[in-house]
Amino acid sequence: MGLREDYLKKFEGKTYFWLGDEACAYGGVFGGCNFFTGYPITPASEVAEVISGELPNVGGYHVQMEDEIASIAALIGGVWAGARGMTATSGPGFSLMQENIGYAIMTETPCVIVDVQRSGPSTGQATKPAQGDVMQARWGTHGDHNIIALAPNSVQECFDLMIRCFNLSEEYRTPVILLMDGEIGHLRERITVPSLKSIKLKKRKKGKKKDLLFGGELIPPFKEIGDGHYLHVTGSTHKENGIRDVESQKVHEKLVTRLYDKIEKNREKLVDLEEKWMDDAKIAVISYGAAARPTEGAVALLRKKRKKIGFMRLRTIWPFPREQVRALGKKVKKIYVPEMNLGQLSREIERFVDCPVVGIPKIGGIVHTIREITTAMERS
Amino acid sequence: MMAKKKKAYRLKHYLREELLPTTFCQGCGCGTVLNTYAQAIEELQINPKDIVSVTGIGCSSWIPSPYFKADTLHTTHGRAIAFATGVKIMKPEANVVVIAGDGDLAGIGGNHLIHAARRNVGLAVFLINNMIYGMTGGQVSPMTPLGDKTTTTPYGNPEYPFNIAEFVAAAGANYVARWTTYHVFPLMESIQKAMTKDGFSFVEILTQCPVSYGRRVGMRTGEEFLKYFKENTINSLKAKDMTPEEIGDKIIVGKIVERNRKEFTTILREMNEERRK
Amino acid sequence: MNVRFCGFGGQGIVMAGYITGSAAVRDGKKATQTQSYGSESRGGACKSDVAISEEEIYELESEEVDLLVAMSQQAYERYIKTLRKGGILAFDEDLVTPKKTAHKLYKIKATDLAHKKFGREIVANMIMLGYITSISGFVSKDSMIQTILDNVPKGTEKMNEDAFELGHRLGSKVK
Repeated sequence: MGLREDYLKKFEGKTYFWLGDEACAYGGVFGGCNFFTGYPITPASEVAEVISGELPNVGGYHVQMEDEIASIAALIGGVWAGARGMTATSGPGFSLMQENIGYAIMTETPCVIVDVQRSGPSTGQATKPAQGDVMQARWGTHGDHNIIALAPNSVQECFDLMIRCFNLSEEYRTPVILLMDGEIGHLRERITVPSLKSIKLKKRKKGKKKDLLFGGELIPPFKEIGDGHYLHVTGSTHKENGIRDVESQKVHEKLVTRLYDKIEKNREKLVDLEEKWMDDAKIAVISYGAAARPTEGAVALLRKKRKKIGFMRLRTIWPFPREQVRALGKKVKKIYVPEMNLGQLSREIERFVDCPVVGIPKIGGIVHTIREITTAMERS
Repeated sequence: MMAKKKKAYRLKHYLREELLPTTFCQGCGCGTVLNTYAQAIEELQINPKDIVSVTGIGCSSWIPSPYFKADTLHTTHGRAIAFATGVKIMKPEANVVVIAGDGDLAGIGGNHLIHAARRNVGLAVFLINNMIYGMTGGQVSPMTPLGDKTTTTPYGNPEYPFNIAEFVAAAGANYVARWTTYHVFPLMESIQKAMTKDGFSFVEILTQCPVSYGRRVGMRTGEEFLKYFKENTINSLKAKDMTPEEIGDKIIVGKIVERNRKEFTTILREMNEERRK
Repeated sequence: MNVRFCGFGGQGIVMAGYITGSAAVRDGKKATQTQSYGSESRGGACKSDVAISEEEIYELESEEVDLLVAMSQQAYERYIKTLRKGGILAFDEDLVTPKKTAHKLYKIKATDLAHKKFGREIVANMIMLGYITSISGFVSKDSMIQTILDNVPKGTEKMNEDAFELGHRLGSKVK
């Protein structure tokens, strides 16, 4: 057994009362993370505090960089040098990272970025939760691109989805975002660590000399620094061998379309959602992350009053479960969307359904209560 | 009849030959730096497979990206040193080299430069200082001298430039030197020193940009710059016995600092191993 | 069952919430714990909420609590309105003067006892934990003690356990 397995086995099968941030850090370590770069920011700092203590135990490295730009830059550099790496931040830091998230997309660098969303814009309510980065996660970096973003709604899912984030980043050779929120990040809850054997880690597919680093197939294999390939990696538009070509329309179109397609064409494999009470539903409620907790409670309460309401929770936010939502829109008369912003996902839902979509927004740093959701539903 | 056979460039195996000739402007100093750098590597007998070049955005970043043949990360503007820090942490045995310009390292990326020097990360950083944003058409840079006209200081530059080498030395680098493209042989020795010295090494290389800078300040050719560099520099060994008045506007070249603080990734590894004991 | 611990920074309010939630999990129940963060947690009113249930916990920010544990007047005044009608108010009687409300009142000299019996005011939270464990029975005594032993600084286990036991004894007398 290796150093990592040797150390991690003490957690197997045990139940803890962890913070969401803490579970996220351990999910990273169990997901194979051996490199973390970050910069302190509420409410994400606990991820760094926990993982900085654990990475040395599994042969990994933590470095606190001078800012979030440097954090993601060092992360990407480390991955090209062989790391399986992550960073964690919140809104302001996530904004600073956007340019280099684009670099990671363009250079097809597998890595995981945790965004523990807080109330904004700007410094906002620094210590309080929100879900205001749904669209920033999708469109924050400039240019045409696609992204994978997962949203946990419990401490257990912070752990479980981190492992999926790492696996997806390797499978699709792309940055993956864990779109947490400060409510879940700072929530303590019961969590059970699964056995190491039950966790399947997607290994990095490494290319041989003849393999193209940026083409030849939808998801080309990765090559690392030091393998003797004289890699040329650039955020500029490049040919399949990595050499810059910023003049050709065709080269750009081919590259950026492939980067888009590798997620688009696998949308159905990436979609991950939970449905409850949908069989007889005339009305549906869609939510995600922390807001999905009181939402599910509200729907459960209304079901007890014999209301025909169904519940859908998105674990994968991006790519958006377009087909599932489209089908739901045909089945129900109305869709409610409680979220901790002024209506980011609800607008995305509107794009795919004909029935009315009613947002139940809540901002100001506090998640909805069950009563607020049922009241809003009774009102409209 | 065959034309007179040109003698092949002796160091071309260090370059991505299929991309030659370079796109550098006539009279640009980047070719001199590329040549001097390749010569330095040749003499040190470093295998290019053990070199990782990390660059930013700008003309000088094109020296390794794409021309010098090694593993190459051509990164975002200003962030080369941060990317390189990540590389060095995961691959401490590699020769991690950053080649980028004054706009990149002293301007937008200044904070990363200070912190890498403070950490004493084992990088060799070559700041190619042409005193201008050349690639974008000659805008003022943090290294442009006071008073110079540029495309964004049409009435003259109202700002003072950095003394970037002294600044990096103060931040904690293990080795700092400054040379110009006129001083190719001492520059080569300095590059070799930077490549072999443990910890953060920094060489500022003053270079000419006749196209985007020189023609606005009365130096239209590379030769005029070289002459200027020759006549307006004083070696640091000589300068240390001179008064500021005697030094005047002259540029100090040579070694600025050399010390032996332990390298960052070595400390990090030792601490992690200590933890596991 | 929703419990809210409140007081001022440095009284171990967050620790009390953490121990309670963690002990409930040890009992095999579902539990969540949240707390106020940032500038609020220093000096001013500080709170730590615990929800315990056999079922899934959907409500993350409860509007009403069943048990309010108040360790300062300022915190009491701020949070008493969140205690449901007929709910339990447990308070340090030297630090809190409650108004007449429709709640069940349980008072204890937690801080004074901590000072007199243990020479350490910080264990007032353990005395209070023992007290409310006894009067409410929402978490098992064994789980509470085990959790305390696992989480207090090394060398202070006995003092903390004794403080908990003292509070528990006093609680069983008023029940």
